[in-house]
Formats: sequence, structure tokens, C-alpha cells
Amino acid sequence: MSESHTAEHAHQELGFWRKYVFSTDHKVIGIQYMITAMSMAIVGGILSMLMRYQLAWPTSLSPMLAKIMPVAFAGGVMAPEFYVSLVTMHGTIMVFFLFTAVLTGGFGNFLIPLQIGARDMAFPFLNALSYWVFLLSCIVIFSALFVAGGAPLGGWTSYAPLSAVPAAGPGQDTGVTLWIAAIALFTASGLMGGLNYITTILTMRTRGLSMMRLPLTQWSLLITAILALLAFPVLLAAAILLVFDRTGGTSFFVPAGIIMNQMPVDHSGGHPLLWQHLFWFFGHPEVYIVILPGMGMASDILSTFCRKPIFSYRMMVYSMVAIAVLSFVVWGHHMFVSGMNPFLGSVFTLTTLLIAVPSAVKTFNWLGTVWGARIRFTAAGLFAIGFVSMFVSGGLSGIFLGTSAADIQLQDTYFVVAHFHLVMAIAPLFAAFGGLYFWFPKMFGRFMNETLGKIHFWFTFIGVYCVFFPMHIIGIGGQMRRIYDPTQYMFLVPQQPVNVFISISAFILGSAQLIFLVNFFFSIFAGKPALERNPWHANTLEWTAPSPPGHGNFGEELPTVHRWPFDFSVPGEKEDFVPQNVPKVVAAQH
Amino acid sequence: MADGSGPGRVTLSGVVLAALIFVLIIASLYFFIAQPYWFPKLASEHGGRIDSLFNAVLVVTGIAFVLVQGILGFFVARYGSNGNEHAAYWHDNPKVEAILLIATAVILTVLVFMGQRVWASIYFSDLPTNATIVEITGEQFQWNFHYAGPDGQFGRSDTKLITSTNYIGLDRSDPVAKDDVVSVGVMHVPVGKPVRVRLRSKDVIHSFFLPNFRMKQDAVPGMGIEVWFTPTVAGQYEIACAELCGLGHYRMKAALTVDESEAQFNEWLQKTLAEQ
Repeated sequence: MSESHTAEHAHQELGFWRKYVFSTDHKVIGIQYMITAMSMAIVGGILSMLMRYQLAWPTSLSPMLAKIMPVAFAGGVMAPEFYVSLVTMHGTIMVFFLFTAVLTGGFGNFLIPLQIGARDMAFPFLNALSYWVFLLSCIVIFSALFVAGGAPLGGWTSYAPLSAVPAAGPGQDTGVTLWIAAIALFTASGLMGGLNYITTILTMRTRGLSMMRLPLTQWSLLITAILALLAFPVLLAAAILLVFDRTGGTSFFVPAGIIMNQMPVDHSGGHPLLWQHLFWFFGHPEVYIVILPGMGMASDILSTFCRKPIFSYRMMVYSMVAIAVLSFVVWGHHMFVSGMNPFLGSVFTLTTLLIAVPSAVKTFNWLGTVWGARIRFTAAGLFAIGFVSMFVSGGLSGIFLGTSAADIQLQDTYFVVAHFHLVMAIAPLFAAFGGLYFWFPKMFGRFMNETLGKIHFWFTFIGVYCVFFPMHIIGIGGQMRRIYDPTQYMFLVPQQPVNVFISISAFILGSAQLIFLVNFFFSIFAGKPALERNPWHANTLEWTAPSPPGHGNFGEELPTVHRWPFDFSVPGEKEDFVPQNVPKVVAAQH
Repeated sequence: MADGSGPGRVTLSGVVLAALIFVLIIASLYFFIAQPYWFPKLASEHGGRIDSLFNAVLVVTGIAFVLVQGILGFFVARYGSNGNEHAAYWHDNPKVEAILLIATAVILTVLVFMGQRVWASIYFSDLPTNATIVEITGEQFQWNFHYAGPDGQFGRSDTKLITSTNYIGLDRSDPVAKDDVVSVGVMHVPVGKPVRVRLRSKDVIHSFFLPNFRMKQDAVPGMGIEVWFTPTVAGQYEIACAELCGLGHYRMKAALTVDESEAQFNEWLQKTLAEQ
């Protein structure tokens, strides 16, 4: 590959602040999203370590931690309200401020124009605004950890009336107010992003790039953006109604006649289940907002390092569309024992098991992709394979939970915690790690260290299974979610050694992420330079741009697309890859 | 140049990853078949149906888990990159795709019907008439149990009458309330007789969870929800709150005694009535 930097000279150089901070360049915004989300992940990760510490040794004295956090560890032991606020903040931060942000905001921004052969997003200013509103939402949610009363303690789902009545607990006053503000800002930011992604993908594809030639990453980001555009407003509306209930004297979610701390609460006529319906009407599509981009990225990375076309591209696209449509009619499976009419339980069981069909199709297709491959075990490739393993493990446990009658016992136990962590946290995490190792050279013009990357993979692969697989077991044993001290219950005491095992595994897993962080930040400045534009021998358009691409991405002329992105190992070709911009006729003459 | 139809190179990374997946499969088989930790001991009639359903789903998902992870591990070990050799070039097989799709759909449909039979047997059956009826009110952070007493009639209750000792606001001036029994944190029922549970909450959402009885139902303020179960094994059990209800959620527990006979149960009722 020859290098040409002449194109960039056509653009005038911007100053540091305009170029790297207040930029409207999609690449800079994407990287800003990623690094902000990573910072939030560090916070969310530390919170989970504190939770695991408490769950393994619930009654132990912690003089060290008491020195660092005198209020949370008053008397040397973690306060119960602090534990439940850890639960709340960990969930909120990871779902919204890490996964949604890094996958759609981070990878979406960075990859959409580059992979569709565009110079930038359709609305660059809106894009920048979306990031700054997101950053503001991060600051607001982070500040909830430090306000009087502490962070909210109602869980990331913030069920009413616990969230609607400030007297329901410490953290339910200012803490919840900040939670609502952060979520409202976040959804506003997500809407700006989603609008941008849809417009860009639909209208700005370069010559020859028909929809059925899009990389699966782009399909997944498009479908995700549509989901976000339909689901986020529902959460925003619910959050606003919650504000009215808390401060405006309305009763959307709070019924008449409730007594909090011996004091009657002045509300009438609301219904607590309304909040759950609204929340999960958003919340279940949200699960797919997180997992779909993971599926798309993992598919493209897997195919690249298998040196083999993705199996059944069409079915991959159709199954994502099917998942997206069905994701709006499964929300009730979060509410089987909520008091909702049991007939609805039957309906939601049917729709939930229906959504397992396209998910299974995708799994078969990933296996079909690896079959007969010539796998290059790079860190990125390993994480993409790991994604498949995690998605299968986490997806299968969903069948138990989707079966309403089996869910009676399993609802709100660690079985659920195991399920959703594997399928919608760890699987997307693997896709995100894969994506970072893969696109890092394009982002920064340097490689991340491969050896460290692989060490990071092995620790993470083993670590997540040691942490999350045993959670199924203690969930079957009946351990409830969100409890500060499982040893309060006699029936949970015998399985306490499993909790200790999980916690020790979690500490090792958490520490192993430092390998990644060091590798990431060190490599930005001192990684091995990526001299080739296309070091992984991939096919998509971003690899035809310089690393890192200059402003405008592709120099004077935008690339023209002549083929789909999966021409790996085409018989008769000398190389085992044919990039999308290689004309068909010319390719045949090789 | 090879067309990639044969095996690739066996690589260290591929073998290690396959070995790890193999360990994962063996470990899961051990935990799900030897069951060193498993469900709390079953003590209700309908619970057996739930456990059977769980086991049926376990067999189906277990086979899928072993097959899919196993095949993934096998491919990863077998198809390592071998210099510049091409991989196989095939990417569609509509027939196989259709078979897999239909097979998955059929298996899942069977599971839906199996599951719905159990669900219907629990929720769409008539409430038993000869049942012990208990009104249960959740509050931060305790369970209150209210029995009608010998007259079989529940006394009137009113939220205005709630005090720090009268947790459910029972109107003691109501004649039928005279023999009502209110117990905090302790529930008794006789063995072998259906129990109808009427759930309410005073403040936030709680969830009435009887691990041994495969029974869980949220208690929602503003709603009265009735569910029922039949205890089959006498003994001492624990009642938990399964829905996050505030800082004391973890200690919102109660004790359930399934008495060996109706007489023993009545004896407890009498004793509790005398004490209040």
C-alpha cells in the first residue's frame, strides 16, 4: 500500500483546541466518546469491586476503606444504603454511560463516515453537541456519588414508588434528582446521535455502496439508531413524569394511601406498574441498543480474522431487523411476577422465545463463519471469538427466564444477574475490546501491543467465566439480587464459598483490565507505528484511508465501492482479501 | 494454493482457547448434573411442575450449549491460519439455514407450550375454596401476616389507624376483628392444605419470595394480588423480599412454619391471639 498525504494538505490546519477538543470531526468526537466512556467504566468497575468485597465478606471490618470513605464505612463496616447505591450506580453507569456510549457514540461516530465513504457525519455540529451533552450527563451522574444522602439506591431501573417518594430512603432525594437529570441529558444526547447516524448512513453512502454492500457494523449501527430514536423518548417521558410526581404533586406512579416511615404520603390514583411498563418499553430495546453494535462489530472482525466471508450475510441483516422489531414487544418478560395480568405473561413468553430464533440464526452463522476458516489469532480476533462464546452462554440462560413459569423462581435472583451480564455486558464488552484492538491503528496511527492484548484476552476470558458462570448456580440456590448481606438467610449460607470465589475472580478480572488501560494509553503515544493503511488486510473502506485519516477522511476523491465487504479467500485471487473499492473486472485480471 | 477445504494449522492460541472452552463445558456439566449447589429443598405442590419445567429447559439448552461451545472450540483448534493459505470460500447455504431456523423455532415452540401449561396450571386455575387465607402486607422492612381467626372473617383495616404497634391499621372496634391474628415476621400454615396469600404493600414494591415453595409475587402498593400454593412438607422455612425496597431490603425476611397438622396450626393461632 502506498502512502499519500497530499490530500490532507488541501485542508487548513486547525489549532489544538479546535482540532482535539471542540472539534466537529466525527473521528475526534468518536474518540472523545470512547475515552469518556472508559473513564466512566473505571468508576463503574471500582463500584462493582466494592460490591463484590461486601458480598464475599459481608460482616468484616474494613478499617482501610473506612479511612478512605468515612461515611460509607461508618463504624468500619459498609453501610447498607451505600451498598444499594453501589448497585444503582454500577448498573446505571455501565448500561448507559459505558455500553450505550462507547458502542454507538464511540464506534458509531468513528466508523460510520469512514466505512460508508463519507467525509463526516450529516450534521457535524449536532454531533459535537451530542458529545458535550453526554459529557454533561456523565458529570451529573458522577456527582450523585457525592451529594448529601448519597447516591440513589433504587437500582438502575428506579422503580416507583421507591424513586417517586423522596422519603423512601437516603439517596432518594437529591440522589434521584441527579439520576433523573443525568438520564434526561443522556437520552437527549442519544437522540441527537441517533438522528445523525440514520441520516448519514441512509443518505451519505459513497458511489456503489448499496445497502446490501454495507459492513454488518453499519447495519447494526443503523438499526441501533432507529431503536434509540424510538425507545429513548419513552424513557425521557417517563423521567419527566417522575419529576412531576416528585415535585409537582402529580400521581402518575404513586397510588393513594401509602405510608412511608409511619407518615401518609399525599398522592392519589397513580399506578406503580406504569413506571415499569414505560421503563421496560424503553429498557428492552436498550438491551439491543447495547448488543446489536456488538454483534455487527464482532461479525466484521470475526470474518476478517477468519479470512472467510461472513456466513449468510442476508440472514445476518434480516435477523438484526427481526430482533429490532421484536425487541419492542418483549418488555413484559421483566414483569412476569410484577402483578401484571398473567395472560400478558403468556403473550410475552411467546414473543420472548420468538426473539431467540433470530439470535440462534446469528449464532449458527458465526459458527458457519469459523468453519473452514484460516484464523489469525490476533487480540482483536480472539475477542471476536470470545464474543460468540459469551453470547451463547448468556443467551441460552435467557430461555429459562423467558419461560414465565420457570421465571417465577428465578426472577430477581443471581440467575438473572448471570444472564444479563454475560449477554448484554460481557458480550458487548468483548466486541468493544475487539473493536479497540482492531481499529486502534486507524484511530491513532499506531498499534496496541499485541502480546499485552493477548494476555489481556486470556485473563478476561477466564475471568468473566469464573465471575459470572457461578452466579447461575447461586441464583438457582435462590440468592436474591441487590442484597447487602446474603448470609442473613440460612438457606444462602451454605453457598457463601461460591460468593467468595466469585469475588476473588472479580478482583483478578478487574486488575487484568489495567493491562488494557496501560496498553491503550501507552500505545496512543508510543505504540508501534501503523505504516500500512490496511494492516489487518481487511476489506472495508476505512482501511483505504490514511492512519489516522485527516480531516475529510479520504483525500481529494471519495472511494467507489465495487463489491460487498466480505471478499476474503476468493478462489483464484492471489491475496486472501479484496477490498470493497477494488473493481470487479480489474480483480479478475490479477 | 489450497482452497481451505482441509484443516488449517493447529495453533497454540487455538488449542488453548479450545481447551478453555472444554473446561467450561466440563465444569458446567458437573455443576448442572452433580448439582453440588441446587434449588432449595422443594416443599410445595406446584413447585414440582416448575422444577420439571426447569429441567426440561435445562436439557434443551444444555445440549445446545455443549454443541455450540464444543463446535466453536473444535473449529478454533482446527482452523488456524497456515501461512498465506486461503480459507474456504462459501457463505450461503439456504437449505441448511432454513433447516436450522425451523428446527430452532420448533424446539422453542415446544418449550413455549410446555411452559404455558405450567403457567396456566398456576395462574389460570380457580382459587381453592378450602384454603388457609393470609393477608400479607409488606412494608419497609418487614412482613405483616393477618389471619381472620376462628370466625373466618377479616376485620376492617384503615391506613388512618396505622401506628407504631398497629402495623396494618386493623380496626379493633370492628366486631369481626376481635379474633383476628396479626403477626409480624412469623407465618404459620398447616401442611397439605392450600394457602391463599393476599398481598399488599404499604409503601414501595416488595416481592414475597418463598424459595422452597417456588413462589414469588411482587407486593405492589395500591394493588391487592392474590396467589396460592399448597405446602407439602412440614418444617421451618425462610421468606425473603426479592424486590429492592430500600436500604433494609436485605433484612426484610420472615419465618414460615409449615405445621404438621391443622390442630398444631390452630394452637399457634390461639397462642398468638392470646399474646396480642
